[in-house]
Amino acid sequence: MQAIIEARKVEKSYGSPGDGLIQVIAPMDLAVYPDEILGVLGPSGSGKSTLLRMLAGLARPSAGDVVHHGHAVGGPCENVSIVFQSFALFPWLTVLENVAAPLKARGVPAAERDERSVRMLDTVGLDGFEKAYPKELSGGMKQRVGFARALVVEPEVLFMDEPFSALDVLTAENLRGELLELWQSHKMPTRAVFIVTHNIEEAVLLADRIIVLGKNPATIRTDFRVPLQRPRERKDARFTELVDYVYRVLTRPDLAPKLEPAPVVAQLPKPRYQMLPHAHLTALAGLLELLADGTGRDDMYRLAAALTFEIDDLLPVVDVSTLLGFARVEEGDVEITPAGRAFAEADILRRKELFRAAALANAALIREITRSLEARPDHTLPDGVFEDILDEHFSEDEAKAQLETATAWGRYAELFDHDSGSRRFFLHEDSVARGEAAPR
Amino acid sequence: MSLPPLLSRTVVGERTWSVIVDLMVFGAVLAGIQGLLVISRYWLGEVTPAAEISRSPRALPEYAFYSLVRMAVAYVLSLAFAVGYGYIAAYNRQLEGLMVALLDILQSIPVLSFLPGVMLAMVALFPARQLGLELGAVLLIFTGQVWNMAFSFYASLKSIPRELREAADIYGFSKWQRFAQLELPYGAIGLVWNSMVSVAGGWFFLMACEMFELGKRDFRLPGLGSYLQTAASAGDTGAIFWGLGAMIGVILLLDQVVWRPAIAWSDKFKFEQVESAAQPSSLLLNLVRRSALVARFRGAVMRPVGERLSVLAARRGPAAVGPSPTGWKMVAGMIAGALVGGVVLYALWGVVMTLRTLTTAELQSTLHGASATFARVAASLVIAAIWTIPAGVAIGFNPRLARFAQPFAQVAASVPATALFPVVLLALIRIGGGLGVGSILLMLLGTQWYVLFNVIAGAMAIPSDLREVADVFRFRRLERWRTVILPGIFPYLITGLVTASGGAWNASIVAEYFHFKGQTLSTLGLGAQISSASDAGNTDLLLLSTIVMATLVVCVNRALWRPLYHLAQTRFKLEG
Repeated sequence: MQAIIEARKVEKSYGSPGDGLIQVIAPMDLAVYPDEILGVLGPSGSGKSTLLRMLAGLARPSAGDVVHHGHAVGGPCENVSIVFQSFALFPWLTVLENVAAPLKARGVPAAERDERSVRMLDTVGLDGFEKAYPKELSGGMKQRVGFARALVVEPEVLFMDEPFSALDVLTAENLRGELLELWQSHKMPTRAVFIVTHNIEEAVLLADRIIVLGKNPATIRTDFRVPLQRPRERKDARFTELVDYVYRVLTRPDLAPKLEPAPVVAQLPKPRYQMLPHAHLTALAGLLELLADGTGRDDMYRLAAALTFEIDDLLPVVDVSTLLGFARVEEGDVEITPAGRAFAEADILRRKELFRAAALANAALIREITRSLEARPDHTLPDGVFEDILDEHFSEDEAKAQLETATAWGRYAELFDHDSGSRRFFLHEDSVARGEAAPR
Repeated sequence: MSLPPLLSRTVVGERTWSVIVDLMVFGAVLAGIQGLLVISRYWLGEVTPAAEISRSPRALPEYAFYSLVRMAVAYVLSLAFAVGYGYIAAYNRQLEGLMVALLDILQSIPVLSFLPGVMLAMVALFPARQLGLELGAVLLIFTGQVWNMAFSFYASLKSIPRELREAADIYGFSKWQRFAQLELPYGAIGLVWNSMVSVAGGWFFLMACEMFELGKRDFRLPGLGSYLQTAASAGDTGAIFWGLGAMIGVILLLDQVVWRPAIAWSDKFKFEQVESAAQPSSLLLNLVRRSALVARFRGAVMRPVGERLSVLAARRGPAAVGPSPTGWKMVAGMIAGALVGGVVLYALWGVVMTLRTLTTAELQSTLHGASATFARVAASLVIAAIWTIPAGVAIGFNPRLARFAQPFAQVAASVPATALFPVVLLALIRIGGGLGVGSILLMLLGTQWYVLFNVIAGAMAIPSDLREVADVFRFRRLERWRTVILPGIFPYLITGLVTASGGAWNASIVAEYFHFKGQTLSTLGLGAQISSASDAGNTDLLLLSTIVMATLVVCVNRALWRPLYHLAQTRFKLEG
């Protein structure tokens, strides 16, 4: 089958070639075929949105080509549309003007423009709202305007960047159903849909084919067809089985997915710097307590539900607990370790001690900051020192985020503190005292 | 169909209103045409460099008209320049850094320093017509208005949310459509507010721009500014008050007819996802929106023209995304850059040669003057802070007081301080204070409002739960100020002080040097030196003092205000 849009060995890196190059997407082959909804899943920060923007022609790959019907893409693709997570409506234009804007860009005369836009608003169930401004609409209605604007140009490929994640659960479910109905009844003149999401059930519900990305850098971990008939039922055993499978692929980076062989990925130039997962430490305690209160082992899926977390929010918490040696992950299950149990059952002060020991033993950045501060006679250093080190391994934003997370950990562990005014790290006074009590 | 009585009455009411509004619009158009005829006859007529300025109140409407036209032309030029400059600075990656730094410097150069160059060039361009003189005055006002507007538009363009930009890209917006539907609307609110500040600045310097000496030549253009200055020179108190009244009247009228409608109109460009409770409104704007005549004009002229434009633009294809210059463009850019660099180097050489001719005495007086003015600016800021912080917090915390005090303060702030100078000077001379101290008062008159309004806004922005915490824990007064109020208003206070500091430096050129009752009052200061150098046509000294002032302002900005601003944005920001 002839692909509509095809990525050939595309990769994306930031920074300058040479030492400071950070690869966010490893060379990747991917094709969007006619008559399919392609779902792309991945943990946050895995470059899903960047991939979407490269395929749509909004971002240029650092290497490789994006090919549209056999022609290399140089700018925004013709005849594609995007539905954005934040809706990206122009607040100063009415609903009708928002929908008509893409037609205006194509030089469609006013009368035809209005007629087509009104018809499309009808299709998405917004008749009567033509003269309203976006700020007068609810989130769900705004995204309907987003759909209408995307569909009015009769795009060949409809790109969707987490289109339902800014909506409440009920509205999102409702819109998903309507999207499927438009697609199946061929009311939308679109050959293919490319949807990026972090919601596994959403992908299994909507997509004909699912691609799961791994991160640091992004690689295709698995690419499979969804063998379920529509309408799909969430309670169907085969549905949950598929969801579980995707969970396992997502949560076990070392596990080779079984549906298809793992794609061959170019080897990374150098070992990666350990990355601190960005999770609130209160959530860590919450997870460990939950595990300790139960059998000590539970399905990640159920844990997320019990903590009222999205799986995407739970994963960093699980990452923190495995990094600190408080828990293990096996087959999509999380199991608490003796150290983790000790933490869950300790009081506040004892928890800090356990956390401090575990962080110093297992988290490279925490260890590095503490040791560097201890080595200074005045026990202080500008944060730029560490930012420079991190910049070699991470993007600029990620380097900042790493330092922020390290600060939160250092504060909780009473190892060190950070002053945002002077932009310096300070060794915590207790830490100073500890260092003097036990001279090396 | 019969309407219920109440409804039919409102409908009839609206119809008659609409007819009246149409008549008003019609009248305004006629008056505009007449004004255009008068002004073109005057501008294209024979040149009179030093017009006789009448002190009769009867001359005031005509003078007000001339001043207004100058302000309007200067404003339109400023707007066009600001949009163009901001656009290029935001999109041209090679030029961006340079253009932003240039704005910083240009902003710190006082109006009078542009005077000799601009005036002589314009007069040389149109030696026989009044047009040359008028354009000179217009350009002077322009130099006082344009920079903050340009910076505002640049900053707006840089802060357009990524997904909106991507939407415009993926739907293939042409350059024109992107400008009309994304960039201009996004920058509109910032432009409107900065326009108000700019035009207020224009009124402030109107006296200096309409009547001045340049070496041996005396320039006087008929207008409100020259009227006030003539009245002040003659010590004619009656005329001073007439002139003041006329100016305040014009400013209040502009506020109702231009700024309020503009603010109400620009509210629809607010980038918000949820409708806010309080929306600015303007009676006039509502009336104009209801006018059938205006509606017909829009339907018959504006819409087809806009349509034609967008079709034409659409035919030329979508705007390029992420312009990466290719081959010959790069070369052309480099050549242009080298040319500009050469010109700049040559000019710098000229500056160095000029400065070499200055005497040590002149250098010394410049340095003394600089420290005197620096001290005055600092003093005026301290005084402004001392009275506006308690007053502003009191007003901000007390809605009833605010309702009463805010309109009053707005009127007081809208009166250009320069117009009040004669009155203040009369009082100063009566109580025997010199201009050395008096000029601080004059600076204060012009700049304290920025601090006051920002403090009020800051006090209002302190969340009531923080104040309740202070109540619940029975904070004593000192604690309350130290832990709640001062940190809460800090970012606003800094914003106000930054604006006031820039204003005070600029005001020094009119506050330290003044023609009054046939004599020149002046005191030691950088501003006085700039004014007198400009009056005497001593361009060397003017150049030196301008460079010193610009350097001082830029240094103070970098060394003091920017770190404080950063602190305000990081530690004292109230959200999250």
